[in-house]
Amino acid sequence: MSSLDQYHDHARRHDPVYDDLHATPEFTRLRAAYRNFVFPATVAFLTWYLLYVVMCNWATDFMATEIGDNINVALVFGLLQFVTTFLIALLYARYMGSRVDPLARGLEERYNSETRGGAR
Amino acid sequence: MSSDTLTAILFVAVVLVTVGITFWASRQTKGAADFYAGGRGFSGFQNGMAISGDYMSAASFLGISGAIALFGYDGFLYSIGFLVAWLVALLLVAELLRNSGRYTMADQLAYRMKQRPVRTAASTSTVVVSIFYLLAQMVGAGALVALLLGADSEATKNLTIVAVGLLMIFYVTVGGMKGTTWVQIVKAVLLMSGTILITILVLAKFDFDFGELLGAAASNTGKGDAFLQPGLKYGIDTTSKIDFLSLGLALVLGTAGLPHILIRFYTVPTAKAARTSVLWAIGLIGAFYLMTLALGFGAAALLDTGPDSEVAASGGNLASPLLAEAVGGGAGTTGGAVLLALISAVAFATILAVVAGLTLTSASSVAHDLYATVFKRGAATERDEVRVAKISAFVIGGIAIALAIPAQKLNIAFLVALAFAVAASANLPSLIYNLFWRRFNTRGATWAIYGGLIASVGLVFFSPVVSGSETALFVDHDWSWFPLSNPGIVSIPTGFLLGWLGTVTSNEPETADRYTELEVRALTGAGAEQAVHH
Repeated sequence: MSSLDQYHDHARRHDPVYDDLHATPEFTRLRAAYRNFVFPATVAFLTWYLLYVVMCNWATDFMATEIGDNINVALVFGLLQFVTTFLIALLYARYMGSRVDPLARGLEERYNSETRGGAR
Repeated sequence: MSSDTLTAILFVAVVLVTVGITFWASRQTKGAADFYAGGRGFSGFQNGMAISGDYMSAASFLGISGAIALFGYDGFLYSIGFLVAWLVALLLVAELLRNSGRYTMADQLAYRMKQRPVRTAASTSTVVVSIFYLLAQMVGAGALVALLLGADSEATKNLTIVAVGLLMIFYVTVGGMKGTTWVQIVKAVLLMSGTILITILVLAKFDFDFGELLGAAASNTGKGDAFLQPGLKYGIDTTSKIDFLSLGLALVLGTAGLPHILIRFYTVPTAKAARTSVLWAIGLIGAFYLMTLALGFGAAALLDTGPDSEVAASGGNLASPLLAEAVGGGAGTTGGAVLLALISAVAFATILAVVAGLTLTSASSVAHDLYATVFKRGAATERDEVRVAKISAFVIGGIAIALAIPAQKLNIAFLVALAFAVAASANLPSLIYNLFWRRFNTRGATWAIYGGLIASVGLVFFSPVVSGSETALFVDHDWSWFPLSNPGIVSIPTGFLLGWLGTVTSNEPETADRYTELEVRALTGAGAEQAVHH
């Protein structure tokens, strides 16, 4: 058996319509719009989170600073992680809804019309 | 009515409701898409609830509050890591996976790789991660029931583990994904309600002044301000600090590699609904983890958490139920008994919903990936596949029962953190590479999965968790040489590195057209699996 035979029926079923869609300027814009948000955002929230973990370990005096009645920097920093998580999730949804979804819908419609009303 | 009677009634009620749901769901389950993916007919909100129900396990409810009750601030890392991790799932995985897969985690890899090797690898790691996770839930169930019956009887605990195992096999084989999803939705409602109730009662004891609650926790534990600061458990020396970092990495990178979470994205009709479901899940899970602060510090403030206490003896796992009893009026009072029974029933429902999801995930993978593709080379009928999934549920359930019995003294959150480390090391690298790296190929995928799997499980085996420490599984032996209790910091980079190395050393012909197809489909939904209409 040649190695190509082992690729399941998917490989033999490759539909050239995908190559056409891939080559459209809309798809290039869609992919760039998606990546322009998620790559920097992922780097940002992972860095921010790791900063928190590292400071818990190696900046204990600063983290122990009390800024209220038994409320210290460590607690506030931890709660800020919640705030940023909620915020990034909402920003992502808004960004995708306005910048990415319309492009995706257009390409999907094109796919559906070119494959006679969809895959099914 | 005695508290035992009440508890028994509530437990039976939980079982009856979930069994009823399961029978109802079984009538709606016709083909493989129903069994594996609930017909892809759930709304974003419903799936968000189900994801929360699937994710907020006994580890979250019993384990995190227990860890905070015993170690103070250091236990909070679990909550933060478990939540931030959802951003990885939301931004990089959920929607792309919904568009490019069908039933299992392996589908997405198999889209452009050699079927048999990648499905075998992905199925292996699916089963290993799920069994680690199952162990944690069953240990929680055993501890809970032993507490309620007031007996430290080994036989009772073991019997509970067997009963939970049989129930989960029933849910999965009869109700499939539809039944499991509704059980998870009901559980999410119960868990949120129970947690809100206890949180309010705890805060009321301190006039809704969180600072006062923290102060009481610091003084009641006798540890003072150190209890409110990082470092009590992990700040001892450099090794323990690196262990903390390792745990932090495993938590944040594990979620998006958990097979039982990934397959939930297949239960909605579109990628946009997958996004909505993660947004709901983040809201619900975040709110829940904020309340674990009140539960954990509340337990530290109101209960005895010293070295000889019941809380400490359970590894912290019993902090939440005992706290419920305390805020209800204390042991021996009616209010205490009612709340203890109520919260225990919630914890029981929590465990049942999660174990059902885990069993379904592993059974699906064995049937769809191993049986249908690897053994039958795609020649199995749908009916055959579903039948094999049901048989697998029995086998996996049996294995989990057998392993849970000796694992009972480990903290649940800690056990789950190990499952996260395995998921982050074995599954996440291949998922990310597959979605974003054109050149990634079969050897890269199998090396990433097996490498991450062997590194993470192997390092745990040679860690102080398994041998050579007072709290180890094998106290009388010592073959440990790896100093950390969580392997993430070594095993996660290993998975990524081997995925890269396998790819660049392979001479497999490039499948660029398949990647083009995957990319278009993942980002636009063109040609993605559709919902089933009955």
